[in-house]
Amino acid sequence: MDISWDLLLNAIAAGLLLGGFYAAVTAGVSISFGMLDIVNIAHPAFVILGSYLAYFININFGVDPIIVSILMLPIFFALGASVYQVYYLSFEKRGQESLRGLAFFFGLLFVTEVSLILVFGVDYRYVEAAYIGPSIHIGIVDLPLRMLVPCLVALALFSVIQLVITRTFTGRAIMAVSQDQLALQLMAVDPIRIKRIAFGLSIATAAVAGALLIIIQPVEPSVGREYIGRVFAICVLGGLGSMPGTLIAAVLLGVVESLTATFYGPSWAPAVSFGFLLFTLAFRPAGLLGR
Amino acid sequence: MIQVNTAKFSLILIVIGAVIMAFAHWVHVDYLFFASYTILQFIVLATAWNILGGYCGYVNFGSAAFFAMGAYSSVALYKFDPQSFEFCFTDSTCMSFHFLDWAFPIPIPVLIIIGGLVSGIAGFGMGYLTLRLRGSFFAIATLALAVVLQTLVVNWDFVGGSRGAYIIRPENMEFAGIELNYIEYLFALMLLLAVIALVTARTIERSQLGFGFATIRDDELAAEASGVPTLRLKLIATTLSGAFMGMAGAPFPYYIGYLQPASAFGLEYAVNSIAMPMIGGTTTWVGPLIGAVLLGSAQQYATVTISSAVNLLIVGLMLVAFVIIAPNGLVGLVQERLRTWRKP
Amino acid sequence: MSALLHVNNISKRFGGFVALDDIDLEVQPGERLGLIGPNGSGKSTLVNCICGTLQNETGSVYFDGHVIDGLPAHQRTHRGVARSFQLPRPFHSMSLADNLRIPLLYTVRAREGMLHAHSDLEGRCRELLDMVGLGAKAKQMPRDLTQVEMRKLELARAMAAEPKLLIADESMAGLSHSEIEDILALLVRLNERGITIILIEHIMSAVMSFSQRLAVLVSGKKIADGKPQDVVRDPEVVRAYLGQ
Repeated sequence: MDISWDLLLNAIAAGLLLGGFYAAVTAGVSISFGMLDIVNIAHPAFVILGSYLAYFININFGVDPIIVSILMLPIFFALGASVYQVYYLSFEKRGQESLRGLAFFFGLLFVTEVSLILVFGVDYRYVEAAYIGPSIHIGIVDLPLRMLVPCLVALALFSVIQLVITRTFTGRAIMAVSQDQLALQLMAVDPIRIKRIAFGLSIATAAVAGALLIIIQPVEPSVGREYIGRVFAICVLGGLGSMPGTLIAAVLLGVVESLTATFYGPSWAPAVSFGFLLFTLAFRPAGLLGR
Repeated sequence: MIQVNTAKFSLILIVIGAVIMAFAHWVHVDYLFFASYTILQFIVLATAWNILGGYCGYVNFGSAAFFAMGAYSSVALYKFDPQSFEFCFTDSTCMSFHFLDWAFPIPIPVLIIIGGLVSGIAGFGMGYLTLRLRGSFFAIATLALAVVLQTLVVNWDFVGGSRGAYIIRPENMEFAGIELNYIEYLFALMLLLAVIALVTARTIERSQLGFGFATIRDDELAAEASGVPTLRLKLIATTLSGAFMGMAGAPFPYYIGYLQPASAFGLEYAVNSIAMPMIGGTTTWVGPLIGAVLLGSAQQYATVTISSAVNLLIVGLMLVAFVIIAPNGLVGLVQERLRTWRKP
Repeated sequence: MSALLHVNNISKRFGGFVALDDIDLEVQPGERLGLIGPNGSGKSTLVNCICGTLQNETGSVYFDGHVIDGLPAHQRTHRGVARSFQLPRPFHSMSLADNLRIPLLYTVRAREGMLHAHSDLEGRCRELLDMVGLGAKAKQMPRDLTQVEMRKLELARAMAAEPKLLIADESMAGLSHSEIEDILALLVRLNERGITIILIEHIMSAVMSFSQRLAVLVSGKKIADGKPQDVVRDPEVVRAYLGQ
């Protein structure tokens, strides 16, 4: 087969960078779904919300979107904590999380998307920053900075989360609550408080992911929905709750999507991630590194 | 409560339907037919969703996919011309389909059945792949299915791809001996389908099958331990649910005249199929009916007076509010009232 | 002499944690077996593997001469294995009587075909509820029950499936002395009718008076299996479980 090496290598490179970014978007769901068993399908909506906030402040005040997202971390954390509190009181406590919890998050997803349409309209929005535009060239491979920078930031975010989870007391409590809530209670740690912190952390990552997203591509409100499949596909494929697995799965998906878009056309790209998801759920729900 | 058996109930609904039909025919305002068709369609979709979601507790986010499969089966069969179509196994061996000339163009009631079969089989297939997993995985899988299907349709040029497909509908049709214009004909069909859906839902609810569904919703592990074949029941629910959604979708291209993937797979189908039963009440057949009628009418009104985006926003907010405050929907609230009112 | 239930070298892990380690256990038809051990020793996991709620990873489970691992739980119930759950799992949207109708419809009727199609379901539900002392509450909902009453409902539901083997998982927790006597008498009556019973309990007096044979599970391993009087004097059993 006559493959253009130029095209192939660039597609793979783009895929790797994209994969790194996907890992950042998925990190939050790894926490909420992988560890807390909360199916927060509204996570991409929070990411898009982050994108729009980054856009708004960037356009009106000229602040770099990544800086904006870091400033927004506490706000998103508080948002996540409040959402969890409502979720807990309304559903978890009553033991009805399956049907109604899902409907709740679906409603949130929907309300967020439609609200954004009402406020910002359906036009694509993008941000301005110094690194959007130029690329680095390594041989025949182009690495656009608008993808490289987010990828690096994403990996940094990912490492920070991994460190927090494994090295801090709260982080380890989060891992513990996912495995044995009763034991945690016996250690006089309030599992609800831990879960609230974890969910807050999960939504906080969405702030950063959102800023990175709008650097990589222009954003409009329905973009979030494409990410639902990606995020859950990566989460399930990587093995629920396994951060290293999530990273590997994210990069894998990024590369496959990039290759598909390059050789078969971009209109097939969403089918790739969702197809991945269906395939994984049907045949290997424990994921690549899962038990 | 008065005990009404299934035959009596069907008769009551058919009579009500006939009265509505007669009244509508006499009034003969085309806009009302268009608006009511949408509401009837939602009655079917909400009832279908509720068979799997309300009775069994398995959330389906991909109602649009099953609806669209019904719609696109109709489009595909509309575009299929047996006179000119040839299927070639190899370069020299081709098979023509002239023997099917008499069947085309396929009448809409048959299209409805075909749409139901297609979506029913899809529901079965998807259920078989994912129902062994937890409910949350199933819900995510339904989301995935919707997107995959939409991508496939967008790339399938035979049915128009992203450009869409035009359906030319005839002027008049005959129904039960009376000549009707097309929108009235579609209205009548959808009315009949709604009656069938409601009767089916109510029959299931009162049968051993519905009893089994309830145990799956309440506690699947305990249900299995008590001898309930949960996988089999869930597959029945998914197949029925998908089939009805497909049946609701089959006449849609004729209703709308120009079908684009964006409209067939539209978000309002996913949201409304969930919001209507959850707001109306998920434990009985009445809930989806009330939810569809109330929400459907409100939306028809709102789309005309306010924007359709605000309208959808309100649906979303109501869904969230009801799910938190009134988990058993309007029917649940009424039942609560009755219970406290009955106690001395 | 063929055992009704033969658990043959089964193991079960959860990630790195070994819940069951090479368990071998036989239960003869008509026997009354007591199963004891500290919390977390794997008793409920063993029950889950026998009943099909979980799948064992190694070894096999034989019931009534056939291999049953791989079969889904509902089919094992059809074949005659019934259990009560340690933490009660009632069908909360139905009355107590309806909770019992489920196994009657889906297990007993499924087994016997439509022969008994018109037999008195209501009456049978009432009878079962009376046996556990819940007859008066037939039309009430599980949420109105006390924990103790829910355990009785669990037992009644298991009995409703007309099993050959009934596994009662801590059905007596929280019961008063006379209530324990009642339940024991009920289990003995069921046993006299031919139902094999595995009793999992912490209440030693009940276990000792009921069991013909006693098995002890500690940390996923079976450490004793024999006559009750011998087992309770076994130093390892005393050390691991009784002596505290």
